[in-house]
Amino acid sequence: MPQVTLVEAVNMALTRAMSEDAGVVVLGEDVGVDGGVFRATLGLLERFGPQRVIDTPLAEQLITGMAIGMAVEGLKPVAEIQFSGFAYICIDQVLNHAGRMRHRTQGRLSCPMVLRTPCGAGIHPPEHHSESPDAMFAHVPGIRVVYPSSPRRAYGLLLAAIRDPDPVVFLEPTRLYRLFKEEVDDDAKALTLDTCFTLREGSDITLVAWGAMVHDTLQAAQRLEQEGVFAEVIDVATLRPLDMDTILASVAKTGRCVIVTEAARSGSFAAEIAANLAEHGLLSLFAPIARVAAYDVVVPLSRLENVYLPDTERILAAVRKCLAFG
Amino acid sequence: MAIVGRFEIESRQYLDLHGRALEPVPAAAREPQLLVGLYRQMVLARSFDQKMLALQRTGQLGTFASGVGKEALDIGVGSAMQRDDVLLPTYRETTLQLARGVSMLELLLYWGGDERGSDFAVPRGDFPVCITIAAHCCHAVGVAYAIKLRQQARVAVCVLGDGGTSKGEFHEALNGAGTWRLPLVFVVANNQWAISVPRKVQSAAATLAQKGIAAGIPSIQVDGNDLIAVREVALEAMARARSGGGPTLVEALTYRLSDHTTADDATRYRNADEVAEAWQREPIGRLRNYLLELGAWNKAEEEALLKSCNEQVQAAAQAYLDHPAPSPAQMFDHLHAALPAAWSAQREAAMARKTADAAGHAG
Repeated sequence: MPQVTLVEAVNMALTRAMSEDAGVVVLGEDVGVDGGVFRATLGLLERFGPQRVIDTPLAEQLITGMAIGMAVEGLKPVAEIQFSGFAYICIDQVLNHAGRMRHRTQGRLSCPMVLRTPCGAGIHPPEHHSESPDAMFAHVPGIRVVYPSSPRRAYGLLLAAIRDPDPVVFLEPTRLYRLFKEEVDDDAKALTLDTCFTLREGSDITLVAWGAMVHDTLQAAQRLEQEGVFAEVIDVATLRPLDMDTILASVAKTGRCVIVTEAARSGSFAAEIAANLAEHGLLSLFAPIARVAAYDVVVPLSRLENVYLPDTERILAAVRKCLAFG
Repeated sequence: MAIVGRFEIESRQYLDLHGRALEPVPAAAREPQLLVGLYRQMVLARSFDQKMLALQRTGQLGTFASGVGKEALDIGVGSAMQRDDVLLPTYRETTLQLARGVSMLELLLYWGGDERGSDFAVPRGDFPVCITIAAHCCHAVGVAYAIKLRQQARVAVCVLGDGGTSKGEFHEALNGAGTWRLPLVFVVANNQWAISVPRKVQSAAATLAQKGIAAGIPSIQVDGNDLIAVREVALEAMARARSGGGPTLVEALTYRLSDHTTADDATRYRNADEVAEAWQREPIGRLRNYLLELGAWNKAEEEALLKSCNEQVQAAAQAYLDHPAPSPAQMFDHLHAALPAAWSAQREAAMARKTADAAGHAG
């Protein structure tokens, strides 16, 4: 089995999906000759040709809107928005059209498309290249929001997203694109959507994260284990629809929960998880739910990026406070 | 100095304001049976439009966007399309939807606040109306791309208004359609008003057609109130698209004789003289005069047609009023192919609410 990075796993899944289904097309800015600015689409043009690997004009609403048209017409478009900061303009198309098409035609038309975009901070890029719009997309009815955190999950979840009969926003953690490698078998097997993944079992506290923060959260759990604290780590993976059952079952066991997100704190997706825990799991809790999040500020330019982002130390501090409560 | 670009926009008209033919007339003008059939559709569409307004005014229909005055545009374009082409309409193309085969009952259901109205029995592949201005121009590019990829001889037809030509998505779509030479016809129904904003405030461009020139797209203006001209121009554009010649932009000049919607009062921003003058150019009387002059139509046929139209729209309205209210399940059952487990409790909660909670036909 090859050892691959997360972005290579994305490429493997795209190659696999295009091989198995002639209806799958890839479109976006620089996805063809250049193989995408992160090389997620490397080699696809040579293998599948310019009709299916489409370098578009520089127009994000067109990319999103034409993916909708293609999907309604029966293709399986996988559209790439180069950076998530450029995806905000696409929210209208996703919200008003992709997410509504099946419903407003009562099943007559559907929209099986995937909108991929790199997401999150931590690679010291220019302005607008570090955004975390996960909660905005997760608020949109009729779509799924998927956010893998490892090469294996990127491969399996992207295959699942492409095969899904409805629109999926697929957020890729830019910081993890090349941070580590993992063995990924190109076996065409999709992972299950709409479910959390329990990455590490533990009895003392539940740590919930998604995207790049899963990496830091796992590191925190390792440190805790050295101190004799066993943390259960849950990767949410699909933000919409949210699998609360897994999180509630874990918290019923541990009685404590820290939720980690790299998005700005207020109105972040951590709030949705915390609210659900308060509604359905309050009596399991021995301590208040804690959120570790970015500050409620504009994502800073690169010099302050590491101060802005939550890290292992901040996660550990929240965990210790939670464990010490009561 | 070198001139590196020039353009000109052709404008087409075959019937003058009184319905007299201007030479040279196209072949269709010599086909009275065809024209009578299209004339009947136009009259039926106007009867239906009036019925929609009456239902709204009596609290039996939701907000409605009348299409009175653009029947030639809609029927002309519709008659140039083939069954398996794809229409991407706005909310003002009710008449064009009728021409495509959408039923009056379905249209009434939609405007009456019931999603079942966009589940057309035919044509299964047409898009529901686009409310957010010009967003569907980008969808049309995707549809046309899919058609071209599969080497099919079908065409996507995207209709928008004059206001829509100010939107970025219109320009992004034109640009993409031109780049890939897609089988796509954009029809700008220029009715001179975008709610309260007149055409001259919308753009400094002399024509809206010329916006296509910048995208490398053949572009033409037509008298949108002249059925023969609209049909002819649409047929040419469709033939170009079908034969691999790429997209066309058609600017069809018409006039919004109604308010923007039933929620609007156009007397706040435009004067009665302008509207009265526009009525002199409306399309139905013009075609009727031509057919009368041709001897292809007479007063008795006109009376019989009006009676028949009235009966058809009355029957459709009754079927709509008798239609059972939607189940709350409508909100959930087509959100996804299968409802995710996360929302099954919400569906149960909605189903448990009394059906009386579903609002009446007034929306």
